[in-house]
Amino acid sequence: MIEVRDLHKAFGSVKAVDGVGFTARDGEITGLLGPNGAGKTTTLRMLYTLMTPDRGQVLVDGIDAVADPLAVRRTLGVLPDARGLYKRLTARENIEYFARLQGLDEAVLRTRQEALVNTLEMRDILDRRTEGFSQGQRVKTAIARALIHDPRNVILDEPTNGLDVMATRGLRRFMQQLKGEGRCVLFSSHIMQEVAALCDRIVVIAHGRVVADETPDALRAQTGETNLEDAFVKIIGSEEGLAA
Amino acid sequence: MSTVMASKARRAGTAFTVFLKEVRENLRDRRTLTSAFLTGPLLGPLIFVMLISMQVNRELDKADQPLHVPVIGAQYAPNLVDALKEGGIVPDAPVADPGLAVHRQDADVALRIAADYGKAWRKGEPVQVELFYDSSRRDTAGAVERVSRLVETYARQQGAMRLVARGLSPGTAWPVQVARRDQATPQSRAVLMFAMLPYFFIITLFMGGMYLAIDLTAGERERQSLEPLFANPVARWKILVGKLAAICAFSLASLAITLLAFAVVGRFIPAEKLGMELDLGWHFAGTVLLLMLPLVLLLAALQTLVAAFAKSYREAQTYISLLLMVPLIPSALLAFLPIKAQAWMYAVPLLGQNLGIMQQLRGDGVTSEQFALCLVGTLATALVAVGVTAQLYRSEKLAISG
Repeated sequence: MIEVRDLHKAFGSVKAVDGVGFTARDGEITGLLGPNGAGKTTTLRMLYTLMTPDRGQVLVDGIDAVADPLAVRRTLGVLPDARGLYKRLTARENIEYFARLQGLDEAVLRTRQEALVNTLEMRDILDRRTEGFSQGQRVKTAIARALIHDPRNVILDEPTNGLDVMATRGLRRFMQQLKGEGRCVLFSSHIMQEVAALCDRIVVIAHGRVVADETPDALRAQTGETNLEDAFVKIIGSEEGLAA
Repeated sequence: MSTVMASKARRAGTAFTVFLKEVRENLRDRRTLTSAFLTGPLLGPLIFVMLISMQVNRELDKADQPLHVPVIGAQYAPNLVDALKEGGIVPDAPVADPGLAVHRQDADVALRIAADYGKAWRKGEPVQVELFYDSSRRDTAGAVERVSRLVETYARQQGAMRLVARGLSPGTAWPVQVARRDQATPQSRAVLMFAMLPYFFIITLFMGGMYLAIDLTAGERERQSLEPLFANPVARWKILVGKLAAICAFSLASLAITLLAFAVVGRFIPAEKLGMELDLGWHFAGTVLLLMLPLVLLLAALQTLVAAFAKSYREAQTYISLLLMVPLIPSALLAFLPIKAQAWMYAVPLLGQNLGIMQQLRGDGVTSEQFALCLVGTLATALVAVGVTAQLYRSEKLAISG
């Protein structure tokens, strides 16, 4: 479970995150929706302790992210906005590198890797160098690398960015599976259809603030719009940066 | 509990995991390999041998070969010209303007004998012989010295004969005689020529780790892989330690190759033909390696520090090439301004290594006190550099690429 309380982060005079708070529960998919530049990535970066909040608190499974960042990172699987594979290493070597950094022993590493390779259907690319991978192959490798230590909480920053239809569908199935395993799944997106199709709970961010935190149905009811797209536009107050 | 302990123990080895991954990844990069194991360490010895051989051959050529000198007014002083010929000088046809001929580098040196030479000689009056040369042309110094010495020797002989003819001892005219006692040893003569050798070693060290340092910080950031890396439960200083170790391993390998190459090549440098002695063998290699050890860490930390400031791979490359100028300073200083070494100088990084290597080259050996000063001084500086780099590694901005 990830609990976020009143987060603030400014870069110089720009308030990137200005009072964000929400809870992402286990066994649920929580979507962080907002236009480009709304503060989604900065919020997520504070969750996985890459950045320290100016104010506010992040609790992951009850552990404070500022007080014990290493413990928090152990319970998190993170797919950052930057996928950043090592292109001179094979997919397998990329995954094993992170497994060793997580401190997995070899037997656990093998079992875990086998399971992920099957689920993500990436056996054919496992021993190829990642240079020249397609966008979809890259995301698969990055996800396998991020989840090798079997984390309870999964953070995905714009996971479907740049993927084709087939890869996107595969990834959505995979996220459903993570939810089915009882994990806490938190992902960001600026694509409302995706959020609507997947999420148990939607947190809408605009200008560094949470403007709505509801179930999709409640969101529709609250705005009086039957169409989610219209509901979002109404909440955010403009159509800027929202892609269909 | 035991599994928790085991996983803690494995995490303690994460710096090693980082080290292994960086080494493996960079062994697959052709540019890094070429720079660290081929061009970097072998170019130095190659250039060196070529320069030295050229110099040796030129010096030997000059000493043996007849020297062509345009002589104006040779007909006025046939005896002097004969004496010059005996000394291996070939008088050439006179030139209209000897000053211009030397200036244009048509001649290394020219001689002009005045038209009244014969008349004055017979009267027993001093006569003038003009020697034209250009002291800024260093390569002609040998030729000038040869001609001027021959003329002086001839004058001295003639003077002695005149004194004898008048019944005087030649010694009366030269009450003081200088006897030269050159204290240069074959090794110390070599030092002048090999003053740039320490720079070669430092450059090799630098080049060996350079691409790695850029790749491991600026490169990783540019490829956006630092952010996922930092999402792992590993303290950043451990990641830094692993990366520094990889840089050090590459630059050490570079240095080892270059020392090996010099040891082999040293046998073929015809130094003894110049009355020099050059020992680039195992003892020398060992001394250099030991002196350089803390410098390996210092350079790795400095390169990483500079690369961490850069926003991109290219920018890092530019900054690091500027950093490459720094080790040139002490080498150039010692080459052009011969300084008498003080003890404290050994504690200054780069300068200490320079002095130590030159001392070893002179055949004097490095004392244990100098060793200690050099190692401790450089190591202390290296640790400070590592500390500053670690501080920079903790910054939020480091991981963010865009």
